[in-house]
Amino acid sequence: MLEMLHRYGPDLLTGFGLTLLTWMLGTAGGLVLGFLLEMARRFGPRFWVGWPIRAYVEFIRGTPFLVQLFVLYYGGPLIGLRLDALPAGVLGLSLYGAAYFTEILRAGFDAVPKGQIEAARAIGLPGRTIVWRIMLPVMMVSALPALVNFAIILTKETVILSMITVPEIMFQTQTMMSETFEFVLPILILALFFWGFVEVISRFGRRLERRFTHYLLEES
Amino acid sequence: MFSFQTIVENLPTLLGAARYTLLISVLGCAQGLILGALLCAAALSKRTALRRAAGLYVSFFRGVPLLIQLLVAYYLLPVVGINVPPLAAAVLTVGLCAAAYLSEVLRGSINAIPKGQAEAALAIGMTPRDLWVRVLLPQALKIGLPAIVNELILLVKASSLVTVVGIVEITRMSQSIASSTYRYLEIYLAAAFLYLAINLVIAAAGRLLERRLTV
Repeated sequence: MLEMLHRYGPDLLTGFGLTLLTWMLGTAGGLVLGFLLEMARRFGPRFWVGWPIRAYVEFIRGTPFLVQLFVLYYGGPLIGLRLDALPAGVLGLSLYGAAYFTEILRAGFDAVPKGQIEAARAIGLPGRTIVWRIMLPVMMVSALPALVNFAIILTKETVILSMITVPEIMFQTQTMMSETFEFVLPILILALFFWGFVEVISRFGRRLERRFTHYLLEES
Repeated sequence: MFSFQTIVENLPTLLGAARYTLLISVLGCAQGLILGALLCAAALSKRTALRRAAGLYVSFFRGVPLLIQLLVAYYLLPVVGINVPPLAAAVLTVGLCAAAYLSEVLRGSINAIPKGQAEAALAIGMTPRDLWVRVLLPQALKIGLPAIVNELILLVKASSLVTVVGIVEITRMSQSIASSTYRYLEIYLAAAFLYLAINLVIAAAGRLLERRLTV
């Protein structure tokens, strides 16, 4: 067992690293894209922007991530989109995350009291300032738990990247299993890693939540 | 060139494979609801040990990717001497995982039921079992319906992962069709729209049921 760890340790570590990397890039990409989509939908023309975004969200939410990845990675070259496994995986995660994040952000922005926005406009704040200084901080209070929740769901979607040969942790353990015919240890490592990973993120999320809702607690 | 013909030719095969997708989703959901209700009862129980156990269960099944859970069921159970056929392993795992999520949904809905109802039920002499079966669960199902439908849709999509234990459902079938026809884009898009169709039907049914149930 120790020998196995010695032999596969480095591979497993790169796998861990790649899982973390794809998760971070995917979540960041999804958040940025989701935010842009939400802005386009909120402030753009309803017909030309609103409906395509709605269709996009429905498509992403209604189909399995695995199938989306296959379409992107195997189907992409047919329309000239030739990507390596890793960029395809990160792009796939971002596109997938964006659909969910944009819905969460929409609900969050809808929950911002109208009066606050009207007040900001009345005292002459420009549109961008209203979004950054008024709407975003207020929105965070209601939307943060859902955002963190989805970030956690994304950690678990990263293992699906192994199916398009991104050498992340799942891929490494599968290689390890097929080379050694040893199943117990690799799967245990994998399960423990994710359990710990998710636990850390949810702790961090709870702290972030406290940070954003701090001012609410002090008043009561 | 995009070839619609490939899709048309292979659609019957894909639809045949969709049976497994549906079978796994339906059985997984049924198992998830039953086990989820029990878990939820454990999570709300007065006994600390039961609460802890339910908490551990939920944290494990929500914290570990389903793909890994499937591998555990498929590779690890035989090691300890339990041989399960792939389909049973798939349904079991999907159901166990769904139970964790559904128990949380039910817990939330039960917390939304006014406390007085439970107290009243116990006061007129209902047994705890009656309280759950007749008062709490029916209302929890109604309150939690949108979230439950949501879980169901997630379940249908999660069923694509059972390809790793070798069950030929939509995704696996499209993989093999795509690799024999080299029409990756067409076949995977067809698979995607098949899932989309299933999920749109579920979502519509959910909305209909929601309207029916709210008097």
